[in-house]
Amino acid sequence: MLDEVSTQKGVAALRTDVKISEEGLLTDDFVRQLINVGEVDILVGLPTYNNAKTVGPVVAAIQSGILQWFPRDRAAIINADAGSRDGTPEMVVGASIDDVRRRDFNRLALRTLHSISMQYGSTVARGTALRTVLAAGELLQAKATAIISPDSTNIKADWLRDLLKPICTDNFDLVLPTYARHKFEGILVTNLLYPMTRALYGLRIREPYASEFAFSSRLGSQFLAQNQWNDDGAGEGSEVRLTLAAITGGLRIGQSFLGAKNHTDRHAADLVPALRQTVGVLFWSMDSNFSLWSSKTGSQPIPTTGAEQEFTHDPRRVNRKRLHEMFRSGVAELASVFQSILSPATLGELQQIAGLAEEDFYYSAELWVRTVYEFAVAHHKAVISRDHIVQALAPLFRGRAFTFLMENRNSSADEVEANVESLCLEFERLKPYLLEMWSGKK
Amino acid sequence: MREMIVSELTQAVQELARGFARFLPRLIVLVIIAFAGWVIAYLLKILARSILRLIRFDRLSDNAGASQLLAKAALPPSSELVSLFVFWVAWLGFILLGISVLGIFGLQEHIARFFLFLPRLFAALLIMFLGLLAASFFSRAALLAAVNGNLPSPRLLSNSIRGIIIVFALSMVFEELGIAQETVLVAFGIAFGAIMLGLAIAFGTGGKELAQHFLESRLRHRHEEEKNEDELSPL
Repeated sequence: MLDEVSTQKGVAALRTDVKISEEGLLTDDFVRQLINVGEVDILVGLPTYNNAKTVGPVVAAIQSGILQWFPRDRAAIINADAGSRDGTPEMVVGASIDDVRRRDFNRLALRTLHSISMQYGSTVARGTALRTVLAAGELLQAKATAIISPDSTNIKADWLRDLLKPICTDNFDLVLPTYARHKFEGILVTNLLYPMTRALYGLRIREPYASEFAFSSRLGSQFLAQNQWNDDGAGEGSEVRLTLAAITGGLRIGQSFLGAKNHTDRHAADLVPALRQTVGVLFWSMDSNFSLWSSKTGSQPIPTTGAEQEFTHDPRRVNRKRLHEMFRSGVAELASVFQSILSPATLGELQQIAGLAEEDFYYSAELWVRTVYEFAVAHHKAVISRDHIVQALAPLFRGRAFTFLMENRNSSADEVEANVESLCLEFERLKPYLLEMWSGKK
Repeated sequence: MREMIVSELTQAVQELARGFARFLPRLIVLVIIAFAGWVIAYLLKILARSILRLIRFDRLSDNAGASQLLAKAALPPSSELVSLFVFWVAWLGFILLGISVLGIFGLQEHIARFFLFLPRLFAALLIMFLGLLAASFFSRAALLAAVNGNLPSPRLLSNSIRGIIIVFALSMVFEELGIAQETVLVAFGIAFGAIMLGLAIAFGTGGKELAQHFLESRLRHRHEEEKNEDELSPL
């Protein structure tokens, strides 16, 4: 009876909310289904596109996690689909929680777990997918929302606990993951995104661009309202935007170690789109948050459950020769573009190392940091098209990646971690150089 | 006889004086218009310069590659050049307006033509500037895409795109100005057709073996590339 009353109240509130928010985004059918759900405590967002091969175990793990760790909470799974043609949404909606109950717990859940799917478009747009989940979360008044990647083949039920518990019980607003990764996996994160975010905003966030994360209703509502979704490219890199919104909003951020993460679709993260989604967004954030980042010095750790980072060593195939060749040809072919972006001294040094043979090649941390900072300033001043500036960073990043691979070829996990830490300190040490360039003193 | 001469001379002098009296106010009006025009043109120049600085026209010009062209020709920066152009066009317009007051037969038609030509001149200049801007943007985009895609001869591709866009913009400029319209159109058509035909013949017939070799090596290269694909993701 009490449940019925609260559901009716919730539905009334929802109907009012639906009128005023996100009318263009959510379909009528989707809103109708949300109204039928009422209010929830926990929401799990699952953005998909042709993930039929992997989505089954992922949904089972999510259901298992909810049953195991949140049996008394009202929960729902929202699938934001980009128009899959392999039956992914049907698999998500049709996955029966009873199988999980019988297999894993042999008991009945106290609540009904709803699974709803909505097709938000016909092409993949991660920003729109996140916005759909955010809007649904707001309408359902979810206290905590987790986003889970559909290609996380080794997801465990514990991930739900690790991501959502800090929000539900410790009042965190954003919980980001840390993973056990191969030492050469995510070089863009270890060599640019993590150290630069840390140097700028003073927080040691290991994965500013996460495919699994959780956030509070407060952050969700703020982000949904503040983010200019209609601007060109506003949806791009929405994960990094959310992290930056939490940082700049002074909200509580935590990290949880999730263990190993498998990437089934490695080629989805090509370098140029990856740069746009991460570095492009980070550079973009520097314009509007100058007063915040310019006043920060040094960096602080953030509360972390479990290990902050783990590196694994299993053998991987990497085409180092191609990285070196692409750096060399990039520096030679893009000289006219770099003249607009880089200082003569930095460009001169890059041209000098581009002439070195593979065995002598070394792209030092100091030169790399100066390069990145000069790119950030060029992006701020829009010396050429901002998208072209981000694209021009790709060949230089390949050079730095080559050096990182060579430096850490035989390194242990601790040595790799020490090298990453040393690079982070270099980013922090050279921050005054960035500020001088930014203000035009250099 | 003497009286007649004096009378004629007096009449001639009087006519000259009358003519001069008729002409002098017009000349004064011309001078006033020219002076007022100079002041207005100068103000317009300052206004144009301020607006151009406000919209960062020099940066746009840098992006378009126009600044480099101007520097090579030892000309002032583009914002200065445009504001000078505004000044001279405005002042010249006022001077011509003043001259039309003089009422010199046959000149007014030319002056009217000049004023009718001005909008086309402005449109042509705008087309040229936008053409340079587009050429610079797309050639750079092609260069970056080719370098990041590891394609052969990225600069050749980029320069070709720049050249095609500039030629296209120039043909539009000539058409707008009405200079040798038919000649430009025919020349453009012949040149474009010749390039395309030449490429088709060179690639399809003349370079049959080369094309075969290129395609084979390209496919093999791609196959080998796929085999050498990294197992790592940057993120």
